[in-house]
Amino acid sequence: MIVGIGLSDYPKAPHLSAIQHHAQALQRALADSGVAKSAIDGYCTAGGMAAGDDPVTMAEYLGIRHRYIDGTMVGGSSFEFHVQHAAAAIREGLCDTVLLSYGSDYLSRMGRSLGTGGTFRGGREVPGPMQFEAPYGNSLVGSYALVARRHMHEFGTTPEQLAEIAVGVREYAGLNPHALYRDPITTADVLASRMIADPLHKLDCCVISDGGGAVILTTAERARDLRQPPVAVLGAAGGMTHWNIGQMPDYTTSAAAVCAPEAFARAGLTPRDVDTIQFYDSFTITVLLLLEDAGFCKKGEGGAFVAEGHLRRGGRLPLNTDGGGLSSCHPGMRGIFLLIESVRQLRGQAGEAQVPNCDIALAIGSGGWLSCIGAVLLGRGRSS
Amino acid sequence: MEVVRDRAWGKPLPAADPVFAPFWEAAERGRLLYQECPACGHRQFYPRPLCTACGADPAWAEASGRGVVHTYTIVRQYGAPPFRDELPYVVAVIELDEGVRMLGNVTDCPVDAVHVGMRVEAYAVKAAERIGVPFWRPR
Repeated sequence: MIVGIGLSDYPKAPHLSAIQHHAQALQRALADSGVAKSAIDGYCTAGGMAAGDDPVTMAEYLGIRHRYIDGTMVGGSSFEFHVQHAAAAIREGLCDTVLLSYGSDYLSRMGRSLGTGGTFRGGREVPGPMQFEAPYGNSLVGSYALVARRHMHEFGTTPEQLAEIAVGVREYAGLNPHALYRDPITTADVLASRMIADPLHKLDCCVISDGGGAVILTTAERARDLRQPPVAVLGAAGGMTHWNIGQMPDYTTSAAAVCAPEAFARAGLTPRDVDTIQFYDSFTITVLLLLEDAGFCKKGEGGAFVAEGHLRRGGRLPLNTDGGGLSSCHPGMRGIFLLIESVRQLRGQAGEAQVPNCDIALAIGSGGWLSCIGAVLLGRGRSS
Repeated sequence: MEVVRDRAWGKPLPAADPVFAPFWEAAERGRLLYQECPACGHRQFYPRPLCTACGADPAWAEASGRGVVHTYTIVRQYGAPPFRDELPYVVAVIELDEGVRMLGNVTDCPVDAVHVGMRVEAYAVKAAERIGVPFWRPR
């Protein structure tokens, strides 16, 4: 059961370091849930955002005496994997109450350099398999562009269809006072924005921000005595197809094609049962692949599906009701925010962005370059 | 494949690695290598010390140096030198006639001329002693 959530200050928080984001989010999750800090005996975090944010340093910094620890780092979807692991650990009795935390000061410390800043400078010696890609000057945006181009080639997907995803998420960002960008945009705005790596425009790409989050899970029994209506982990699964983009086996299919059906099977649910989707929108194309792979439409039909407006506010499958990574908050890894917004929706605490009668939420994280996918089905009113 | 030896190399270099080095050394001599498993026939790139399909010891094989653009992007923004001085340029996934895929650049044509399905051939640029880096151009 997820019983506590907390967000640190975002999208711009120059007063916080990466590890302070963890601490602030944890304090807010404790206040949200009523969990005593001393009750936390399990800890999951990914690290990788700043010096000193590795799992053992963070456990020490936050003062977590863990009986169970998981430092799975698979990129931005790490937190969906953590939920799977934490739920299993609680079920197995390895621990009772698990904290997931994340924090990043990317925007304040590094600026907007993540997508095209240039990881590999001339003259640098590159170790490991990345040496087969580094000489060619690909960017992070370029990696997703390779996927978008192939999808367009195979299925006739259009830039307009991809743009619809960004337009819908921006509409929700308008309802979130914290979102980085809130002014409405149109398809024409997306297509007129600067091309970063064909066929992806600037507005097909997520923002860069600061931010952090914390999620607390515990047993169904303990959840009864806490402040918030508990949210059940109904099914979780993860998988990977590749890490580096040059190794992607099928440029139009992600590991969600395997792990999302697995999560649905564990939950005894189908895509028809889902009331809202919180999908990792690093880029518009990311959402399109996840929609198809999770079974909301057939492979290749994502563009037409999106164009029908289902993902919009008032549609039957509202997407990223907090404004997503595309418009609100993306501090480098977004996976924990997918869980937090899902919980807000299932508790009925999403304010103007509330999806009516929201019983089932699906969070799907994508780590790396559509490499490692984690799917988590969450629900209210059922026990795990 | 042709080897260009008189072009200054200002790009990242592969760090020394005993499994990877034969590939770079062969490219510097004009040969484009991939691996094929004598046990199960699986073909793979980049090089590994084991077959990713069955775990046996893979063997080197020489590619024709011909292939097709499987997908591509035109990079129009990149922060670090020397790439930022070469914008825009094409990053593509090339599917070799032998079936394996390699990431690379398609050069020697306007960026807008590149398309999925385009036939390309490999050439190498000498980047350092015993290191040749493959590139691709229209065939």
